Amino acid sequence: MGELILEMKNITKTFGSVIANQDVCLKVYAKEIHALLGENGAGKSTLMNVLTGIYRPDSGQIFCHGKEVSVNSPKDAVDLGIGMVHQHFRLIPTLTVAENISLYTEKKGFLLNPAKMQKRIAECSRSFNLEVDPAAVVWQLSVGEQQRVEIVKLLYHGAEILILDEPSAVLTPQEAQDMFNVLRKMADSGKAVIVISHKMNEVLNNADRITVLKDGRMEDTMVRKDATLDRLTRAVVGKQDYKEHFRTQKNISPDVVFSMEHVCAKNDRNLDELKDISFDIRRGEIFGIAGVAGNGQRELSEVIAGLRPVTSGKIMADGADLTCASARERREKGIALIPEDRLETGLVPDLNFSENIILTRYSSSRYSRKGFLRFDRMRRDAEDYTKEYEIRHGGFDLPVGLMSGGNQQKLLLAREVSGNPKLIVAAYPVRGLDIGAADMIRQILLQQSEKGTSVLFISEELDEIFHMCDRIGVLCDGELMGIRNTSETDVFEIGQMMAGERKNSEKEASSYA
Amino acid sequence: MRKFRYEKRTDVSMARKILNPVFFVLLAFLFCALLLGAMGFSPFAVYGKMISTIFSLRGLTRSIEAGLPLMFTGLAVALGYRMNLNNIGADGQYALGAIFCAGFGLYGPPMPAVLKIIVMFAAAMLGGALAACIAAVPRALWNVSETILTMMLNYVFLNVLNYLMYGPWKELNQMVAQTREIDSSLWLPEFGNTGISLALLIAVAIAFLLWFLLKKTTWGYQMEVIRRSPRAAEYAGMSVKKNIISTLCLSGAIAGLAGFAEVNGVLHRVQADLPNNAGYTGIVIAFLAYLNPLSTVLVAFLLGALQISAVAVQITGVPSQVATMIQGSIMLFVIAGEFFIRYRLVKVQKGEAA
Repeated sequence: MGELILEMKNITKTFGSVIANQDVCLKVYAKEIHALLGENGAGKSTLMNVLTGIYRPDSGQIFCHGKEVSVNSPKDAVDLGIGMVHQHFRLIPTLTVAENISLYTEKKGFLLNPAKMQKRIAECSRSFNLEVDPAAVVWQLSVGEQQRVEIVKLLYHGAEILILDEPSAVLTPQEAQDMFNVLRKMADSGKAVIVISHKMNEVLNNADRITVLKDGRMEDTMVRKDATLDRLTRAVVGKQDYKEHFRTQKNISPDVVFSMEHVCAKNDRNLDELKDISFDIRRGEIFGIAGVAGNGQRELSEVIAGLRPVTSGKIMADGADLTCASARERREKGIALIPEDRLETGLVPDLNFSENIILTRYSSSRYSRKGFLRFDRMRRDAEDYTKEYEIRHGGFDLPVGLMSGGNQQKLLLAREVSGNPKLIVAAYPVRGLDIGAADMIRQILLQQSEKGTSVLFISEELDEIFHMCDRIGVLCDGELMGIRNTSETDVFEIGQMMAGERKNSEKEASSYA
Repeated sequence: MRKFRYEKRTDVSMARKILNPVFFVLLAFLFCALLLGAMGFSPFAVYGKMISTIFSLRGLTRSIEAGLPLMFTGLAVALGYRMNLNNIGADGQYALGAIFCAGFGLYGPPMPAVLKIIVMFAAAMLGGALAACIAAVPRALWNVSETILTMMLNYVFLNVLNYLMYGPWKELNQMVAQTREIDSSLWLPEFGNTGISLALLIAVAIAFLLWFLLKKTTWGYQMEVIRRSPRAAEYAGMSVKKNIISTLCLSGAIAGLAGFAEVNGVLHRVQADLPNNAGYTGIVIAFLAYLNPLSTVLVAFLLGALQISAVAVQITGVPSQVATMIQGSIMLFVIAGEFFIRYRLVKVQKGEAA
């Protein structure tokens, strides 16, 4: 551990009556990776926004190299050597890497010298062992490469303290490991790295020190050797017990609720994405789709919900051919979708709670009579959902975009479940959620399956898939590599299939045994 | 040195939404007063004349008359924007509505007057809807910009109108490019001797109807969802294409009714260049009214008042362009002032570096 570079003392920040940070103290040393852990809404991002000059604290002090400083704008933060990689990158897709990086500089001459610019940036990235092609155009880079560009951007401008907001959220597991290796190198070269995260395993494996925030307060801070999963869990979730849900009660009947036969479909770029997908789901079964994100999961969920046409193959539900049915017809047949981008597709962020409740059933007799909306019913259901699913929100008339991610997802799930669907397609239903909310979402899905509803559960977290699912299908590059009964396989085998190994063994479980 | 900074408002009260534009309208008048002063006119005399013009019975009725077509075009534009559709073509839709309406009135088969008025009403809507539909279908099916299409179609329909006025439909033995009057049995009844016809009630009724539909029905709900998030709309199983076509056509139909209002209610005939940029003024009105149908009627009336008072101030020796200047200033100030609805200025505290 190096010298103390940064100290935040008793930071308090409120938004109206909401306390986002209260008396938070944070010490960051050179040569360390410091993880900031906490649930969504625990105040991690607020604290970092205070540090980078986006918010101004109500009270509290910030010391940099032992000297009190005031950070009143992002520019002040840059001058102090504090740089942040946001979860959504701040890059201009049509410009080159070099142009993006130099956009950030102070000195702006009238004439540009791209060759010189690129050379300097290449030197900088090489000195930190970060592979980046300065001449590449940003939109052509993978997400992992774009993240590297963001890091180089900070280093190029002399950042001493690097802050990364949920850096692994957008990456594949392999890319995430590469990224942590890069961060380790940064730390070794004398920088301080702050990583915001809510993944405990990731933090345990990669951080030197860990600070846990809960409800805006600092709950615990520790060095890695003192940290255990138990201690972290307790700090993150507080008194609440952390229960892992296993399938205790099953209610699976032999009749097939939904099936796909040799389905092919194209992606948004009009390339073949899904290739010859066949599987079926029984009543009450939870069928898992494992695989690294971006291997056709989005297309699969859209094809099932009727939002994307198939190029060949057949889709059946309850014995009826739905291959050409519209999204609405499928919904009426009992297929519900929890889309992976809940705030863009699953909800309308500018509309309020009640208006979002009726999104997928606005024309049903429950919410409309002869074309007129039934506001009393909307209101009553809004109240019921709030109580039943413990949804926290500032009022029924506020836009749901203001709610936290966990509460948004609860609302979305409550809505979809209340239509008594026969099949729920849940695409990454707990991604980005805090433990409490994720727990509840899984619980709801399990309850549904016990009631006899089938679930198609798409996730990239293997332990979650194993805990939840009866059978697991593995998607890789748009192909189903195989289907296994959860009880007859292990993480190792599924992992191999995720990496693209096709396993046609005797264990093939194309239908539930 | 900066003494203020701005902060986003978390909640916006109704009072602020109303008082903020009022304040900026007053500011616009102050600005124009300075300009008038610089031009050597007395702003007091000019504004005094404007106020005395508007606040007379004659002034009020003339304002309503001038505002009447603007109410329809304003409502048409506002409805389009409610689904993020830019209907720049209310002028052309108005023109085609007037052509259909007057065409049936002048050359249609004989029938009872009331029935004929109703058919003329429908014809005006049909004309407007048809003009809009030509833009709506390519927009819905192939994503062609409705902004360009509706704007370009203005030229088409205005020239069709003028061709008829100067050519086949021209009143015989007259110098003016206009049709003959429609039969007086087809005129809409007036309120007393005011010159204000039933058309005003139609405009107000449509505004209330739209307000009601937008707020209370599944149709309005669909529009709101499509406006805010087309992806969520598709996810919910709404047909975005159908809604684009139906909304643009309805918008066109309302603009077409401006033709009915003029033909049956005010002029009792069609003239060359009848729309007189009402479609473009409608855009201004829709924005000043925050796309609310009820406020649209009110704002249209105010702009009508502005237009007639501008004519009146010429007596004081001021050119009538002053009205255009004031209208432009109001729009500029109100739209710039919108910033203060969403943000507030906060004085930088001592000790806080600016």
